[in-house]
Parts: sequence; structure tokens; C-alpha cells
Amino acid sequence: MENQMENQEFLADKIRTQEYQLNMGPQHPATHGVMRMILQLDGEEIKNVEPVLGYIHRSIEKMCEKSSYKQIIHLTDRLDYLSSHMNNEAVTLLVENALGIEVNDRIKIIRTIIAELTRMASHQLWWGVMGMDTGALTTFMYAFRDRELINEIMEETCGARLTMNYNIIGGLRYDIHDNFVKRVKEFIVHFKEKLPEYDNLLSNNVIFRKRTEGVGIMTKEQVIAYGMNGPTARASGFECDIRKKLPYSAYGMVDFEEVLRTEGDAFARYKVRIDEMWQSMNIIEQLIDKIPEDDFRMKTKPIIKLPKGDFLQRVETARGDFGVYAMSDGGKNPTRFKFRSPSFANLHGLNKMSENTKIGDLVVNFSTIDVVVPDIDR
Amino acid sequence: MSYFKDIFNAVKTLLTGMKITGRYFFVNLFTRRDVITVQYPDNIDTLKMHDRFRGEVIMGHDENNMHQCDACTICENACPNGTIEIIWDKEKNPETGKTQKVLLNHIYHLEMCTMCGECIEACPSDAIEWGQNFHHVTRDRSNLTKSLNRPESILNPNFVKSKK
Repeated sequence: MENQMENQEFLADKIRTQEYQLNMGPQHPATHGVMRMILQLDGEEIKNVEPVLGYIHRSIEKMCEKSSYKQIIHLTDRLDYLSSHMNNEAVTLLVENALGIEVNDRIKIIRTIIAELTRMASHQLWWGVMGMDTGALTTFMYAFRDRELINEIMEETCGARLTMNYNIIGGLRYDIHDNFVKRVKEFIVHFKEKLPEYDNLLSNNVIFRKRTEGVGIMTKEQVIAYGMNGPTARASGFECDIRKKLPYSAYGMVDFEEVLRTEGDAFARYKVRIDEMWQSMNIIEQLIDKIPEDDFRMKTKPIIKLPKGDFLQRVETARGDFGVYAMSDGGKNPTRFKFRSPSFANLHGLNKMSENTKIGDLVVNFSTIDVVVPDIDR
Repeated sequence: MSYFKDIFNAVKTLLTGMKITGRYFFVNLFTRRDVITVQYPDNIDTLKMHDRFRGEVIMGHDENNMHQCDACTICENACPNGTIEIIWDKEKNPETGKTQKVLLNHIYHLEMCTMCGECIEACPSDAIEWGQNFHHVTRDRSNLTKSLNRPESILNPNFVKSKK
């Protein structure tokens, strides 16, 4: 026994431990796309996370400078593909505000309903993937069961399931389909029944709770300092919902709650998104019977030229505050077009979140900030 | 004591989840009521896509093999990614004696198309429209370059250019 103790002390002197680097990705199933992270590790403890960007950079901002304003809209689908409708809305609102086109209530309300449906579809997919990242494969199929119904509504009305491209400058591409109202109402009834299942399957599960509670805590000050936004920041008690702060489209007409939590850990970020789905259903329920009879498209000029100057439009996507900035010299194309994407801003907090945690917690943290990699690399 | 309480609670939450999955499993085993997955090629003959579904761009022809395209190239200019190429020639109209554009080939590169719909939005004579076919799988990329106008098709003499 004594001999062994001596031996151990001898070994501790002899063996030097040191920090080492490990690559996570770019082809890693838990990184949700082509994303590489360089981890500085001490044993299994993370000392530093350095995301490496640029694997799917497509220079979309530069492409926008060569495109007309009508053509820009379809490029924004390819940023955050899970909230494509809101991205399109940002560009259309920017151009409409710059030209002084006031769209009617019908367009506003339909845009808002579709945006909320998109938000729900995005959160459903996130919920499924969140379960997968923490080791529960079942959730993915359950999330896709409900998401399929939204995709079906989108396909019928907008013509595509994911990159809808439904917004055009001055209105909507088509009028809503005859079945739209009926189908949305059916979906709300269905999903109100199924959303408690999400809680029973995952939120209350003891393994999931142990993996998320108290993991990756961000305080309100840290969240503001790192420029984080969206549901990720609202989980730390930072009020940053653009729908409340700067209401656009029909958000001024509805009464809804901004979901806030104060814990700031991974479970709070999870819970905020689940509660946001309830709020989205609340918004749709208030608007679905109020669609007035009117044109679905305002008259615009065939060639759209923005007046000289700078323009900014912010919308709330499923991931947070999406900003579009355009600089125009009065021509057909913008001289500078800049996107401020929520995923990129949220990624800054990942290092702070994962300090001195294990690699398994990094996967949870990465999943709860809900990044979409094409939104980071534009 | 709290150790056993923890175990009890853990088993309880696991059973709550398994109740849901178990219910779906047994109900679907006998009735197949809530089955949501489909084997891909199974319903291919009966599958009907929605009217607005954007599968590919096609050009409508009537029974006399006539189309509506007068090669104005508005769709070519509206396309954000150079998907459409129009090859045209000038020809003398035997009736009126005026020279006019004649469409030779409306080339559509499906492999570059993002289905944004700007060409169909811009077309002033409704010559091109959406097709609902989505089976574009092929072994060779060159198969995706298509000519939209049928061979020997001509411009419909009664066609009207609507002002959009």
C-alpha cells in the first residue's frame, strides 16, 4: 500500500499534463452543418472555443449588389432557411418603407400569420434536433410529424415547403389558397393537443433535465455585452423582441406576451422556445378570423429604384433580430447591402457559455443557441 | 432517502415518455392510424402535387403546337442566376411584311434554377408557367439543360401581350 502511494507521487512528478487542441467538425453531426470549432481542452474540460467560419461562404452580400431589389428577395431565403419568410419580409419592408408604399391590412395580416407559422416550424425542427443532440432520437420524428402539417400549408399557399419566396415588393405573390384558413385552424387544434406531448417526452425527462439545468449560464449583463439576441437572450431576462419593441406588419394589432426567463441556463433557453410556440399559436388565433377582403398586391413600378440614402429594417426571425441595411445611390442596384444575422451574433456567446464545461455540455449549448450555419457564413 | 426518491422520480418521468411512445407504437401496430412515414416511390402514380407547387418552369403549348413566346427576353433579364437563355432570330412576316423576332430555342438550365419565380412573374404574355414535376434525378448534369419550346412549334398568331 505504502509502496503504491509512493509510486503515484513519483508518477505525478514525472508525467506532465498539458492543454491540447481538438477539432470539432467541419463534418460533425452535432454542429448542424459545416461548422468547425477548435477546442482548447484540459482533459475533458473546455478552456476555449474558437469557431472557424467560411466553409459555406457564398458572398451573398456581394451578389445582392449586382442584383435588382426584386432579385435580392430570393437570396435571403438562403441565409436562415428555417425562417425564410421573415428574411424575405425584412427586404420587402425595407424597400416598401424606402419607397413609401403602405400595404393594406390584408397583406399585413397574411404576412404575420405565415411568419408565425414559419417560426413554429423552425422551433419544431429545433426541438427535434435538440432531442437528438442530447441523445433522444424519438423527438425528431414527433417534431417532423407536426412540422409536416405546416409544410403542407406552405406548399399549398406559397408553392414551396421551405424557401417559400411568398413576399414580393408591395404585397404577396399569390392570394391565400381557399383552404388556407381551414387548414391553419385544423393545425392549431392539432398542435394544441400535441404540444403537451413535447413536455412529457423531453422537458420533464430526468436525463434531459440533468443535462440542461445549470449548464451554460449567461447573465443578463453578459448577454448584452456579447450582443446576443432572440430567444437565447430572452432566456437571460433581456427584453429584445423586435415584434414588441419596433412592431412591423400586423404585430401592433395583436396582444401577445414576450416570453422571458431569468435563469439563463440551457434549460431556460429550451423553455423559452417551447413557450414561444404557444405565443405563436396565440397570435395566429387572434388574426386568422380577421383577414379582410382586399387586394393581395399593391401597384408598384416595374423597375424599382430606391431613393438616394441609407435604409435599415429589423425583423424578428425565429433566431432573433435580423437586420437588413441598404445603401443606395438612386440606381437599380444597391451600392452596399448588409445583413445582420442573429445566428452570427449568438455564436459570440458560445465561448463564454462553455467555459470550464465538458464537451458534452458544448453540444447542448450549441444546440440551445440554435444556429443555422448558412446564416453565419453568408 | 432522497436517493430513492430521485430514482423513483426518474423512473416516473421515463415512464411518462414511454407511455406516449408506447401508445403510438401499439395503436399504429394494429390500426396504422397515425403512421406518418411514407415509402418514397410507393404513391408515385397517384401522387398529385398542389397547383402552385414550383417544380420546374415549362412552356405551355396548345393542340396546334403553338406557344405564346415572342422572344422578348424579359424573363432572361429577370432571372437572378442566368438560368434562362433565349436564342432568337429576325424573320420577315409574310402577311404584314414587318420584321419580327422569332423564338428558335428557349433554353432552361434546371440545374441552376432556384425556383424563385421572377421569370414567370415578369413574363408579359404568360408563355411560361410552373410545372409540378419534381423528379429531376438524373445521372448526367447535361440532362438538366432543357429546351422549353417543342420542336417545330410556332408562335400563336392570336397571342396578346398583356400589360402587367
